[in-house]
Amino acid sequence: MTTTASSERTERRLEVRPSRRGDRAFARLVGAAALTILFTLVAVFVFLAVQGWAGMTSGSATYAPFTSFVGYIWPLIVSTLLASAIALVVAVPFSVGVALFISHYAPRPFAAALAYVIDLLAAVPSVVFGLWGGRYLATYLQPAHMWLHDHLGFLPIFGEPSPNGRSLFTAGIVLAIMIMPIMTAISREVFMQTPRLHEEAALALGATRWEMVRYAVLPHARSGMVSGMMLGLGRALGETMAVAMVLATTPTVTLDVIGTASPATIAANIALNYKEATPERQSLLIATGLVLFVVTFLVNFAARWVAGRSARRLGS
Amino acid sequence: MTSAPMVLSQARLPRWAPALVAVVSLALAGLPALLSGWGPVRWVFAAVAVFLVAMPLWSRLVEGRRAAVDRLVTGLIHTAFGLAVTPLVWLLYVVVRSGAPAINGEFLSVSMLNVIGAEQGGIFHALIGTLLITLAAAVISVPIGILTAVYLVEYGGRSRIARTITFLVDVMTGIPSIVAGLFALALLMLLFGPAFRAGIGGSIALSLLMIPTVVRSSEEMMRLVPDDLREASYALGVPKWRTITRVVLPTSLAGLVTGVVLAISRVIGETAPLLVVAGATDGVNTNLFDGRMTTLPVFIYSQYASSTPVGYQRAWGGALVLIALVMVLNLVARVIGRIFAPARGR
Repeated sequence: MTTTASSERTERRLEVRPSRRGDRAFARLVGAAALTILFTLVAVFVFLAVQGWAGMTSGSATYAPFTSFVGYIWPLIVSTLLASAIALVVAVPFSVGVALFISHYAPRPFAAALAYVIDLLAAVPSVVFGLWGGRYLATYLQPAHMWLHDHLGFLPIFGEPSPNGRSLFTAGIVLAIMIMPIMTAISREVFMQTPRLHEEAALALGATRWEMVRYAVLPHARSGMVSGMMLGLGRALGETMAVAMVLATTPTVTLDVIGTASPATIAANIALNYKEATPERQSLLIATGLVLFVVTFLVNFAARWVAGRSARRLGS
Repeated sequence: MTSAPMVLSQARLPRWAPALVAVVSLALAGLPALLSGWGPVRWVFAAVAVFLVAMPLWSRLVEGRRAAVDRLVTGLIHTAFGLAVTPLVWLLYVVVRSGAPAINGEFLSVSMLNVIGAEQGGIFHALIGTLLITLAAAVISVPIGILTAVYLVEYGGRSRIARTITFLVDVMTGIPSIVAGLFALALLMLLFGPAFRAGIGGSIALSLLMIPTVVRSSEEMMRLVPDDLREASYALGVPKWRTITRVVLPTSLAGLVTGVVLAISRVIGETAPLLVVAGATDGVNTNLFDGRMTTLPVFIYSQYASSTPVGYQRAWGGALVLIALVMVLNLVARVIGRIFAPARGR
């Protein structure tokens, strides 16, 4: 009797399958977490659209000193694009150079440490960059403003130079420093993925190190570099504090990047005017934020798409 | 190529040639530097310029055009790295030099409440605000981030939805911080009316920025867990969810913690979203759900915006504390990762 009971019990215990209920609940939990990401992105768009709609369509008094939403945001867009363009022009050669330095030129044992130094640059909070840019860099770059005006003054972007250096040009340089780490990191990654055999084949054919880089590494890394630049562009478009703290802003339309009177970028304009209490103005700021969100989303989307395409091509 | 004797080797400059040119360049640039009293920075810049001309020139004369180009590019790339590090060194130097005099016991232990004119004041309220808002952001984003990573690694596989989410997470890393702030603001406005400001809004905004970083790092760490461990666990009859919580997560724990700490160090310095949604106040506010709350970055910005000498002084002091916080967090993350890292490879 005792034996049958115990064997029955063992049988039953063997029959007991691991609890499926826990499994199912857990699967649902992690699935829900993953879907949260999706919903959050949709929610960002929806909430900004709902709250910003009023800002796009309210009375002309809201947009002072302009009269319409387009009139209000146009100078901001021009400024944003100019600052980002300066940042890219400065940061692209540097990031490629630094990435090459870390991946192919620096002595092997130090490469990781040097990469870490560049990453530290990304760890510095933007407000500290702004503080430094506004109090130190601007002063040091002021002679550069004079030089640009004197030698390249025939270009409309180099008009009357700012006497204290707090111009869109300086803001663009600060942006360049801030976006350089991420662009370097991505370029470095793709440079390091160059097939070793291609590099060695180039060297075996008698190529100098530069020719090896030029003909084996760079063609291989092209789409990765493009994607890195676009990510950098996305950062530059949305960076707020550096511009808000460096630039003394005036709401006009001007192409002059070294003068005293430049409009803020979209992001900086939001930070500078957030205190404005009237609901219409708040909606207006949210509406400009929506524009910024859509633009940076598209830029990032394109960047990731380019990166993903090259990864797929290499993978196959 | 048609000339008679085929020469396979070529004249090369000796190994010490770049060092020699560097010394000569420094000397050459030192002459005008001494005569017109340049600072060391200008002297080095001039020396680098001389080097970038002299080195390829010499190489061109001895080794030929291709080698000269190679030398030039090598020089340029080293220069690029040097220039890229310059702002970091300069900035750290300036922050320490300008910030150190501001730091003392009072600065760290009092708030700005009732501080008038040139009185010193302090950052206590900002420290409390930063601590609470960042902590709440971590509480929101760590579970979501890690569970999403679990989904991507253990459940999603190569399915379309998993790929979509990976892609969206990547795109999400690029959301401008100010947009995250506006999102939180719009959410609060919709729920509690247009004038509502609270620290929790800042936490929501920060968690939006934090989630993608946590997902990416956790995902990477969980993929490092060998499949052998999972299979051994399944073979013992352990259900999947127990396998994940008892085997996969503990094995990758160090990596997860590193990722979370790095994500915190990334958002702790965020200014723009907090400026928009959490506002600023002079006193200590310990209630996340009611009233404005100052964080350290916002404190720095508002003191900077006041444009007074004492304001600048406070801003630099705050900047030093903030940078120290970020660097310590960074260091802690690396140390955790280094010490508790699972043995990789086989």
